[in-house]
Amino acid sequence: MNFTPHTDDDVRSMLDVVGVEAVDDLFEQIPEGLRLTQPLDMPLGVSEQQILDDVRALAGKNRSAEELICFAGRGAYDHYIPSVVWALAGRSEFYTSYTPYQPELSQGVLQALFEFQSMICELTGLEVSNASLYDGATALVEAAHMSRSAQRSRFVLSGGVDPRLVDTLRTYGAGAGYTIDVLAAPQGHGGVPDEVAGDVAAIVVQHPNVYGALEDVRAWADVAHAAGARLIQVFDPTSLGVLAPPGDLGVDIAIAEGQSLGNHLAFGGPYLGILAARMQDVRRMPGRIVGETVDVAGRTGYVLTLQAREQHIRRAKATSNICTNQTLMALAATIYLAWLGPDGVRELGEQCAAKAAYALERLSAIPGVVPAFPGAAVFKEFAIRLPVPAEEVCGMLVAHGFIAGVPAPWCGDDVLLVAVTERRTRAEIDTLAEAMGKVLA
Amino acid sequence: MSDVGAPVRRQGPPGAGTIKDASRAGRRGSSIAPLDVPAATIPPAYARATPVALPEVGELDVVRHYTRLSQQNYGLDTGLYPLGSCSMKYNPKVAETAANMPAFARLHPLQPAETIQGTLELLWLLERALCEITGMARATLQPPAGACGEMTGLLIMRAFHEAAGRQRRTVLIPDSAHGTNPASVQLGGYTAVAVASTARGLVDVDALEALVDEDVAGLMLTNPNTLGLFETDIERITAAVHGVGGLVYYDGANLNAIMGRTRPGDMGFDIVHINTHKTFATPHGGGGPGAGPVGVVARLIPYLPVPRVERDGDAYRLDHEAPRSIGRMHGFHGNIGVLVRAYVYVFLHGSDGLREVSDRAVLNANYLAALIRDVFPLAFPDSPPMHEFVATAAQLERDTGLRAMDVAKRLIDLGFHPSTVYFPLVVDEAMMVEPTETESKETLDLFAAALVRCADEARSTPDLLRDAPMSTPVGRLDEARAARNLKLHW
Repeated sequence: MNFTPHTDDDVRSMLDVVGVEAVDDLFEQIPEGLRLTQPLDMPLGVSEQQILDDVRALAGKNRSAEELICFAGRGAYDHYIPSVVWALAGRSEFYTSYTPYQPELSQGVLQALFEFQSMICELTGLEVSNASLYDGATALVEAAHMSRSAQRSRFVLSGGVDPRLVDTLRTYGAGAGYTIDVLAAPQGHGGVPDEVAGDVAAIVVQHPNVYGALEDVRAWADVAHAAGARLIQVFDPTSLGVLAPPGDLGVDIAIAEGQSLGNHLAFGGPYLGILAARMQDVRRMPGRIVGETVDVAGRTGYVLTLQAREQHIRRAKATSNICTNQTLMALAATIYLAWLGPDGVRELGEQCAAKAAYALERLSAIPGVVPAFPGAAVFKEFAIRLPVPAEEVCGMLVAHGFIAGVPAPWCGDDVLLVAVTERRTRAEIDTLAEAMGKVLA
Repeated sequence: MSDVGAPVRRQGPPGAGTIKDASRAGRRGSSIAPLDVPAATIPPAYARATPVALPEVGELDVVRHYTRLSQQNYGLDTGLYPLGSCSMKYNPKVAETAANMPAFARLHPLQPAETIQGTLELLWLLERALCEITGMARATLQPPAGACGEMTGLLIMRAFHEAAGRQRRTVLIPDSAHGTNPASVQLGGYTAVAVASTARGLVDVDALEALVDEDVAGLMLTNPNTLGLFETDIERITAAVHGVGGLVYYDGANLNAIMGRTRPGDMGFDIVHINTHKTFATPHGGGGPGAGPVGVVARLIPYLPVPRVERDGDAYRLDHEAPRSIGRMHGFHGNIGVLVRAYVYVFLHGSDGLREVSDRAVLNANYLAALIRDVFPLAFPDSPPMHEFVATAAQLERDTGLRAMDVAKRLIDLGFHPSTVYFPLVVDEAMMVEPTETESKETLDLFAAALVRCADEARSTPDLLRDAPMSTPVGRLDEARAARNLKLHW
């Protein structure tokens, strides 16, 4: 089926107005040798009910966090999403609109993005936020583009930066001509160098890092600034109710994966890239930025601003090629943060930290299981070392009803990352510990 | 004629403000289950000193505030949205039903392979379908938007040339191209070189043939092109680039014109990106999300990003091992929730439905162009439009001083979202109109009448255009002031 509303009479009268005999005539400028003579090699259309049956059959082959208790993290987290988020973000006036090129018809999206930018500034303690990027990994790429100059195209990454982010930066860096140095983090955090070279555009530190461990961000910032480089922090927005904000730590550009703010796991996307920076860098920032202004009658309103930075004006001289972003995900994050409020965002952080600490204690009590990095302070995720390969343990624990975590093969096939959000209960953590004890026994 | 369409309504008290203005100390909307494990202490060196100054509001405050904002927004569900180059067509509700199934919505991207078989199968089937539609051999579904698809294509181009030991420095782009093309080229490490258009709005093939040399990595082109016209010499164009060892990249912004009629692969393109939020009606969410799958011909498969979905018998897996791959374009696997919607769209329509989509999209554009061309002439009257057309308000501007933007603003008061204006840059007072296939003849008739009325009013009652829009929550906004006195948060 399809959604074209034309009756046969419509088609006939429209062709008359156009002045052609048949719809085929409208395609005559396609050279004859290029015209398809056969239908596309795929099934014919079906009804709505049939496609849903088909999709349901596929859905039946997944086992999601709806069914399995999810302790997987590494950048994507099973936080609770209150009903209000998608009841509002799912209003079709929002989700069926395009980029707000006509601001008078788009005040809803524009004001919501202004509120998003405001809340990100409140969370991060930085002066300016854009209106979203694709995801956390590509936000790091954009932060790198912001930092580079003719003399500086080297990036130094702490050993606690997620390899997914490193890989993504390397991929885009091949085009942009970046050199990427990844440091070691033998204790699962730290490894701050004494100094970095003069061609370094930025140092990148993830805090909390890929192992869930906390980093001394100020120390990283000092090294970066001593070399005239920027410090980029990869942060977790759910941590900032309890952890000091990037703006207080000497961070120049803070980027994050924003999925955990009201967005679905959805197998990795659509997620939300967050990027906040200092005012002095505002004209180097990528993507859409919403500003407040007034209309002809002096009423407050919102527009896309500083568009002279962007690709549609600056073309080859733009610092970013981004056009489509993740507005709807930013809207969901805005609603979620408004719902949370200051107490909620603090409690969210406290619960994640407390439950992760409890889970670390319970799992470390299993014979043969030890913290991978003993003594590291963690937030909502931690690394444990198992007596057998982590992937095998994860596979066995599926049968017990768990997604037990995410293996971390780059630091040993026996290392498992376990994430514990506020959504997990004591009983779920206890049963995970029991089940893991059983499969390891 | 009475006012038509469904204008955005003014709602609530004027100047109702931001959600922060509704904040009252001590009020709270959230409820989190009581902590059932011992509390943990954040080490003081890492702890936040002051609370996050988020608004303190109740849940109903949140509901009323964002409901009011939604009422100040115009979506495709509100009415016609004829933005040229954006394919703003009806977003089927059934796709939402599918994507919101918990088995998709709550699937973690790093789960064990045996628990994600349904999604991997869906992605594999979607990849096969997209390859069939475009005439490509394999595709990556990773890029989260069209511009990222462009970057993917350029990095593939770079890897391909490097593997062959060729140093290439330039990428050719028509002067009418979308701004993302030159920006992507530059970030891909190449220099963009503009190719002139002819008076008929097509690539000047003689000029192109004079430009191609051993420095050219490739050409980026949309077909139908950014002016909505089919590049009739496309075979000569792709042959010229292939003649110097270059690759030809297809920007899929306008794929909606040709499904089931012809394919980029058959035209000689090597790399194709698709905008699912255009052609396959995935909701654009006020600016995103999108998805920008990229298909390639067989010789470029080794360079596709990882991980890739592979099938072994009846089982599917994510393959990270591909030594010549350009790497990873997205933190995880792409905008999968968007791709589930695209899957529903593609297989709901099927081969017959997709062809009808393009047929009716082209019919609607030609019909609308015929209705208004006497008032707003086509910029390229000698080339028949495909699924969209570029008209010009240049004559109106000369006669009345009123511009395409004034027409756009008056259309808002007449109940319609305007067309794209001032793009492509190569057309003076451009109005780029793409009605899409899901609009009825009646809607097109009303829109054409509104455009004709605007042109009449420009001469009889010009203030109606100059002062427009009057029906919206705010009138024309002072963009210069916004950029001068930056206020980017509350």
